[in-house]
Amino acid sequence: MPLLVVVAILDVIFRLFFNWWFAAIMKIILDSGQIEQVLKDLTGRILSEIPAEMDIAVIGIRSRGEVLAQRLSGQLSQKLGKDVPCGTLDITLYRDDLNSPQGTAQPLVRTTEIGFDIDDKIIILIDDVLYTGRSARAAMDALIDLGRPKAIRLAVLVDRIGRELPIQADYAGYKADAAPGKLVQVNLVESDGKDQVVIE
Amino acid sequence: MALKRKSKQFKWHRKHLLGLRELSAEEITYILDTAKGFEQISTRSVKKAPPLRGKVVVNLFFEDSTRTRNSFALAANRLSADIIEFTKKTSSVSKGETLLDTARNLEAMGIDIVVIRHNAGGAPKFLSRNINACVVNAGDGFCEHPTQGLLDVYTIRKIKGTLEGLKIAIVGDIAHSRVARSDMWAMTKLGAEVIFVGPPTLMPTQADRLPVKVSYSLDEVIEKVDVINMLRIQFERLGGNPFPSIREYSHYFGLTVERMKKAKPYILVMHPGPINRGLEMESEVADGRNSVILEQVTNGLAVRMAVLFLVNQAAAERLKA
Repeated sequence: MPLLVVVAILDVIFRLFFNWWFAAIMKIILDSGQIEQVLKDLTGRILSEIPAEMDIAVIGIRSRGEVLAQRLSGQLSQKLGKDVPCGTLDITLYRDDLNSPQGTAQPLVRTTEIGFDIDDKIIILIDDVLYTGRSARAAMDALIDLGRPKAIRLAVLVDRIGRELPIQADYAGYKADAAPGKLVQVNLVESDGKDQVVIE
Repeated sequence: MALKRKSKQFKWHRKHLLGLRELSAEEITYILDTAKGFEQISTRSVKKAPPLRGKVVVNLFFEDSTRTRNSFALAANRLSADIIEFTKKTSSVSKGETLLDTARNLEAMGIDIVVIRHNAGGAPKFLSRNINACVVNAGDGFCEHPTQGLLDVYTIRKIKGTLEGLKIAIVGDIAHSRVARSDMWAMTKLGAEVIFVGPPTLMPTQADRLPVKVSYSLDEVIEKVDVINMLRIQFERLGGNPFPSIREYSHYFGLTVERMKKAKPYILVMHPGPINRGLEMESEVADGRNSVILEQVTNGLAVRMAVLFLVNQAAAERLKA
């Protein structure tokens, strides 16, 4: 019995320590309610700027953008009372660091799943974080190879300082000022089990 | 508590694709999964993506080929690479230049990937040890034809979902077939049971050492299998008289309409091409509803794009290290 008590106390101490340690290295910048609010704001701004009679479609950049695209297209469909199609774009083949010695880890090529014609539609391109702008550049090139949309608008959940290309979001959610070495991590229920944006 | 995910992601590290025998099931699956992402390039309006922009691929073919050669050329083109076509007949090989000298001279012009087909088994491996470029085997002697093996399992997996537990017959001239060997390695590694079917004269010696079953009767096997891969009788490689007559071979080992009646309704009929119509397969079967022969060709393009992409990525990784 005493042994169990000791183990339980140690367990509590460890938990407290790790909680403190995680809190020290990670900062939660958006919780699930705030993420929902940001998405609602994005939906509202998109609807106020784009006439309802226009053909809109939402395309998410793999992999967090995919989840966000589903949520956004759901909200837009509801508000507009018509189906707003939703697709997923894999930009691996369009990355600019594939053959560069500074490139990151080996990227996995996955499928692009866009089950509709993008020609003459207003495409809302959505990603979780806009940082250097390189993913957005790759995504635009990938989209243009699929057809000729009427317009491409960029929406992001988190707009982070540190652009390396002349690209800005049309619909930016939360504006984050994270130091260059930090990682802004977006977790979503569908892919990570929890809605949360943290800076690590 | 969001622990930082350190998922053990599989990493492709081979800058050469020499054969499927040396690959693990995980590596084969990785190529197939990657190929899935390349399939849609061929169906959209701009049939080109930029990942191999500025790279040079040379098609170094010492044997004739229609499918493989054009498939590799198109795959390289769709990934934006430049391609040099090399044919034995119009090159200095006819003046007596060796394989290695030919390859080194091409390499001196700055090539990145060599796709090689050669009548000598082991030629791609030899080349990979002596030049810096990536080497992709497009068929060597009776040894391997890895991209054919990959596109065969890709086609089966795409239709049947998995290879686990499937029974697959490979029928015909097994002894002279590099396709049979590459198929065997890929299929058995992914969990299928492979049966080699053909006359004893066209069986490889020591077939019992391979991870396959052997049968000398197509009629015994046809009703049990989920996939049947008919090989071409390679008249250019046959020595002696392996069977008394073409008609007799066709009678015992040809895939006829009559024989297909005994097969499972959803059997997949495959052929690596080129078909000797009426010999190993009747035209009605080759063009019938169970035939996936043209799908094999289409899928081959996606698989070859994936292979070129992956070997180039592995080479780029090495530069970083």
